[in-house]
Amino acid sequence: MSQFAINVLFVGASFALYIGIAIWAKAGSTKDFYVAGGGVHPITNGMAIGADWMSAASFISMAGLIAAGGYANSTFLMGWTGGYVLLAMLLAPYLRKFGKFTVPEFIGDRFYSKQARLVAVICLIVASVTYVIGQMAGAGVAFSRFLEVDATTGLIIAAVVVFFYAVLGGMKGITYTQVAQYIVLIIAYTIPAVFISLELTGNPLPPLGLFSEHTESGMPLLAKLNQVITELGFNEYTADVDNKLNMVLFTLSLMIGTAGLPHVIIRFFTVPKVADARWSAGWALVFIGLLYLTAPAVASMARLNLMTTIYPDGPTAEAIQYEERPNWVREWEVTGLIQYEDKNGDGRIQLYNDTEAFAPTAEARGWEGNELVVNRDILVLANPEIANLPGWVIGLIAAGGLAAALSTAAGLLLAISSAISHDLIKGSINPNISEKGELMAARISMSVAIVVATYLGANPPGFAAQVVALAFGIAAASLFPALMMGIFSKRVNNMGAIAGMLTGLGFTLVYIFVYKGWLFIPGTNNLADTPENWVLGISPLSIGAVGAMINFAVAFTVSKATAAPPQEIQELVESVRYPKGAGMAVDH
Amino acid sequence: MAEDKSNAEAYWQANLRLIAGCLVVWAAVSYGCAILLRPLLSGIPVGGTDLGFWFAQQGSILTFIGLIFFYAWKMNQLDKKFGLGE
Repeated sequence: MSQFAINVLFVGASFALYIGIAIWAKAGSTKDFYVAGGGVHPITNGMAIGADWMSAASFISMAGLIAAGGYANSTFLMGWTGGYVLLAMLLAPYLRKFGKFTVPEFIGDRFYSKQARLVAVICLIVASVTYVIGQMAGAGVAFSRFLEVDATTGLIIAAVVVFFYAVLGGMKGITYTQVAQYIVLIIAYTIPAVFISLELTGNPLPPLGLFSEHTESGMPLLAKLNQVITELGFNEYTADVDNKLNMVLFTLSLMIGTAGLPHVIIRFFTVPKVADARWSAGWALVFIGLLYLTAPAVASMARLNLMTTIYPDGPTAEAIQYEERPNWVREWEVTGLIQYEDKNGDGRIQLYNDTEAFAPTAEARGWEGNELVVNRDILVLANPEIANLPGWVIGLIAAGGLAAALSTAAGLLLAISSAISHDLIKGSINPNISEKGELMAARISMSVAIVVATYLGANPPGFAAQVVALAFGIAAASLFPALMMGIFSKRVNNMGAIAGMLTGLGFTLVYIFVYKGWLFIPGTNNLADTPENWVLGISPLSIGAVGAMINFAVAFTVSKATAAPPQEIQELVESVRYPKGAGMAVDH
Repeated sequence: MAEDKSNAEAYWQANLRLIAGCLVVWAAVSYGCAILLRPLLSGIPVGGTDLGFWFAQQGSILTFIGLIFFYAWKMNQLDKKFGLGE
């Protein structure tokens, strides 16, 4: 059976499963649609949150980022898991007790203001749409690569599949589909990692293998990796970073952004009890942790494997002949994601770090520049091929990558559609809309969001990483502080919350645009995006944390200067703090 | 009614203390051991590198998981003790 046939079989079978579940769990009421009828078990919910949370970014690109950056990129590991601690303790149980369908609804009620709800809707839509564009683009690329169709066809297939199970199923369909997707993606991620860990260290558990001995050399794996890459002019894999302030703020932005992203928060509305919201967060992190503990092992082992492929006799000996390159290099060359240029005309592949410090060594060895460019995003997808694993593992990876991209896209679309139909239409424009009408509006807005995201995914402005950073920055600087203050302070009032959200959001956007271009239009940036130009060395990716602090400060100052919230709002805050009398999520 | 109120207040204060304790650990493993204190911990070897690296790529994630379950378990006890559970 050809690799193409195997891919089609795996992807087709997994999709038949998802669509089957979506039809079986078809939502009948708005409650089913938004919060899955409110009856999902914490473990089930935790698994669904895991699939929802782990997007194409986690599945496909994170390990590649760590492989390239080593210790410095541990920020992604800590940032994208540490946010769950904040969720479990500062937001989830109280928002579950509050018992409404959406995040803007809480903000609107707590700050007794339609304007606050509207500002929250805007923050939510901007954050979610930017995030979903990247997911659709990722799903499109994965489809086109594995089904061997062109990129646009891949994107349209992705859009049709998302349409089916998100639009028809709503939250109920999504929750059970995402459980299936979690299982597919975690198996796909860990199986190749186990094989590779066994091969390199003899330890079947990749997280333990990472800190074990490299069987062939008898050195610790990480020491071996350091040795190999420093011989080629790269920094040590485990090297410390100088700019600690930026590392701290970047980690903090990712953590706060995680806790403030609405598509994750609404998952906690689907459990039956307040206590279950806490357990759900714990289970979610267990399921997410399985992938996040595997990822750094995949990263270092794949980097080492890549180096030994290019330098089979060690980094000080000759590199391999281009004609003798392994099959996976040939296959990825076709996609343009691996590029080779024989700069010194010796027919070999010299891969090294082309820096001034390394120039004398390179010259002495007769090298005239780095000859191989490997796109870091292919690392996880190419991993089974690098390790010579059988074809079915490659089919599995294809199905897993698609599961990751599509489950996140579906969760984001649900958050967008509920903000529009529930908060915008029912909350402001037409409060008397029937349940059936609202459900229809939710499905229509979801369809529109899919069309917009597909269009933008087909014409990506070319800034996937910035888009993701922006989505996190917006959530961190706008929604998280408003939600947290709404629960932990009785004094913060409508004026304070609105002023805080607007300044936090505005500050963050301006700082990003100054370096990345206004509305991301290339060439419109005021300053070059290099560390020398950053204020206090803070990168635009890290600025969300500062935006959040400004949000808090402004909200407190403005609230102090204006009237305290009315008595009934203070009582509402009281009631949110105690689990007693929670009941199901209800619609008023 | 007054008794209800002071009971509820005591529950909330206990919750805040618990959260503060958990967040100290949360910050200590990630911002502390993994980032700022890494140079201080560089003398402790772990599998070919140092303790700070281990915290950055593994230790903090494991601690986060433990923290959430500890918090959920403690809160269940508080819910019962103060009679404010469901």
